[in-house]
Amino acid sequence: MGTGCVTTKPVIEARGLDLTFQTSDGPIQALKGVDLAIEKGEFVSFIGPSGCGKTTFLRVIAGLEQATGGSVTVNGMTPDEARRERAYGYVFQAAGLYPWRTIAGNIKLPLEIMGYPRSERDARVEKVLELVDLDGFGKKYPWQLSGGMQQRASIARALAFDADIMLMDEPFGALDEIVRDHLNEQLLELWARTEKTIGFVTHSIPEAVYLSTKIVVMSPRPGRISDVIDSPLPRDRPLGIRDTPEFLAVAHRVREGLRAGHAYD
Amino acid sequence: MRSVIPILTMVAAIVVIWYGAAIGMNAQWARDQAARAGTTLSTSELIADTWSQERPKLPAPHQIVAELWKTTAMMKPTSKRSLVFHGWITLSATMLGFVFGTGAGILLAIGIVHSRSMDMGVMPWAIASQTIPIIAIAPMIIVVLNSIGITGLVPKAIISAYLSFFPVVVGMVKGLRSPDAMQLDLLRTYNASKPQALWKLRFPASLPYLFASLKVGVAASLVGTIVGELPTGAIRGLGARMLTGSYYGQTIQIWSALFAAAILAAGLVGIIGLVQRLTLRRMGAV
Repeated sequence: MGTGCVTTKPVIEARGLDLTFQTSDGPIQALKGVDLAIEKGEFVSFIGPSGCGKTTFLRVIAGLEQATGGSVTVNGMTPDEARRERAYGYVFQAAGLYPWRTIAGNIKLPLEIMGYPRSERDARVEKVLELVDLDGFGKKYPWQLSGGMQQRASIARALAFDADIMLMDEPFGALDEIVRDHLNEQLLELWARTEKTIGFVTHSIPEAVYLSTKIVVMSPRPGRISDVIDSPLPRDRPLGIRDTPEFLAVAHRVREGLRAGHAYD
Repeated sequence: MRSVIPILTMVAAIVVIWYGAAIGMNAQWARDQAARAGTTLSTSELIADTWSQERPKLPAPHQIVAELWKTTAMMKPTSKRSLVFHGWITLSATMLGFVFGTGAGILLAIGIVHSRSMDMGVMPWAIASQTIPIIAIAPMIIVVLNSIGITGLVPKAIISAYLSFFPVVVGMVKGLRSPDAMQLDLLRTYNASKPQALWKLRFPASLPYLFASLKVGVAASLVGTIVGELPTGAIRGLGARMLTGSYYGQTIQIWSALFAAAILAAGLVGIIGLVQRLTLRRMGAV
């Protein structure tokens, strides 16, 4: 862990990032003075209450929103250039699978758009279905799968092409806690196997602490970072780690960070 | 079984009301005829007469069925009096117009969805076009096209297309816009081009809307064709049958042509429904 971190540039770097939305009720400052560096292979969670700008920040990194001040780089490029280079896979809160395509067909969607040769598509579909533990479900239609399985398929879709960054916007937010625990465990496994850099937005303190190597605590009005916690937990994490004192200590610090940012007001 | 009973009840009620109305509307003529002949009619004779006149104000259902049977199954399809012959004339213009109208509607909808100026510039005209009574401009379209040498099927098909493009435009604009912001964002993260977004997302998402529009559109196409046949002195087609029927007071002929048109429309809508089911099943619907 951490080899070469000193010499390589961060994968994602934000400096003095501002974003103001112009609305009919006047300007709304969604992000103010955000500084953050994400190294290669990190699992970074963004946590905070609604309106703290965590999703907006992820969208700025993805080039889906334009910052109004400061700078962001992704792989040394602007977010828009990185988007054109297909530098990241994005997972939304809803699985958003096309109901008229099979699971395999959905995973092929980015491959078709990006012009991967036909012969390669099937092999990639097989590979990512195995990664998210959905082997044999390629021929099913989305409605035949549970919500958790659909979300795994959407993760497979984001993994199908060779982006080494994964941006996930509350991907398990709509699922119940039992399914969520299971998916969290699988996600960690997946991350260990693929060595991707992951940005992960969540509402849940246990989820953030369980998954992350770095937890970014954000607070609202205006959206800003109130704490950045480098997790002392080991990379190999069984579900039971959530009852250890180390885990609870990190969770406590996250909660303190949220309180300091007036997240509970 | 349970769904058949209400349907049959409705049909039975309509038939009963119809026979009753036929007695009421045709009785005066029957009494006049009897008075002229110096006889009187018993009630049962009167009723029998109102249901079997040659040129009733309102023909009884069995008279229309008999006429339909006589002019379809009992006649060579090539005969000038065969409804199959006239129906085919109308159907071919309807199909041509429907294809024109649907094609134009889809192309316009694609333009409207992708270009704000087309949205602002074309949509009001499309709506305005439907506020003009088709019966008023149909003769003009026929006359103008005749004067530049276009005759036969095409002028009727154009009137038919004029009526059928509109539901397709409205349905397809809604359908092509139906993917939500998240779906469009997803394609942006793939850096997909606009044609890719159209082909992979917008078009498949619009198909349920398209089929609903096609059902309205095909019926409108048929109406357009018949209207194109009515005021223009056409001698062939269901519209021409209705027109000659009204010239000579042949109410049974008018009604049988009306029924033929209705059966044709139901058949066309049914075919689209079938294509819809097959397509949506292929697209993974239950």
